[in-house]
Amino acid sequence: MTIFYFVAFLSIFFALMTIFTKNPVHSVLYLIITFFTFTVHYVLLNAQFLAAVNFIVYMGAIMVLFLFLIMLLNLNEETEPMKSNLVKIMGTVAGLCLLTTILGSMNLLQASNPMAFEDAGIGLVHQLGKVLFKEFLLPFEISSILLLTAMVGAVLLAKKDPKKA
Amino acid sequence: MDAIINGIQGVPLNHYIIFSSIIFAIGVIGVLIRRNAIIIMMSVELMLNAVNLMLVAFSVHHGDSNGQVFVFFVMALAAAEVAVGLAIVVMVYRNTRSLDINTMNRLKW
Repeated sequence: MTIFYFVAFLSIFFALMTIFTKNPVHSVLYLIITFFTFTVHYVLLNAQFLAAVNFIVYMGAIMVLFLFLIMLLNLNEETEPMKSNLVKIMGTVAGLCLLTTILGSMNLLQASNPMAFEDAGIGLVHQLGKVLFKEFLLPFEISSILLLTAMVGAVLLAKKDPKKA
Repeated sequence: MDAIINGIQGVPLNHYIIFSSIIFAIGVIGVLIRRNAIIIMMSVELMLNAVNLMLVAFSVHHGDSNGQVFVFFVMALAAAEVAVGLAIVVMVYRNTRSLDINTMNRLKW
């Protein structure tokens, strides 16, 4: 039980470091640690498939993409644009207002039942695979089209304009 | 496997929702206070992850695997979004030599 609170504390700490660190490279590295703690959360919830996917897709693919881009564009602390302190304070207050609204609107601070593990095996690969390829077969195939479109779009957008170059 | 499940036993569902809300709020704050376009996209990723964790927690709580399938689709969507978003960032950087979102005000007015 205490391991959840420890990992949750780590997640929140590193998420805060992500948005408050000035150096973009450090920011990305902190975000990678945050995603790793999320993977630990998935393992704790016995969602093994999602833990593996989170590890590979988020920590592997997406974060490497961010890191490459930041290093490619040669961003560092000196080039980092910062907002004025007033905007920062207003942004923080707005975010905390949102948090308070969410917590208050759902009475989250009252005691509730502990997590129920109805069926411990639902996060395993063979069970998720059955659901994914029976009930969600069409959305699964459509998501492949989405990824193909995104790939074509990304290549088209990032390509140099032949007339200009 | 039983040891892992015992490790989480006794945590109230509310604490998962509170935790996800805190991470989501941190993502919102990040979008509001930073001016670097890449950091803003990273904050969006943080918000997506908060929602993912909440979906998984509810899915485990109710013993229904549909929630985890949704998380799978959200991850596919996030990958597509990041690819297109970063391509736009590269294009903006090539045109303006800066990632400051305040320079991207040509659609204003």
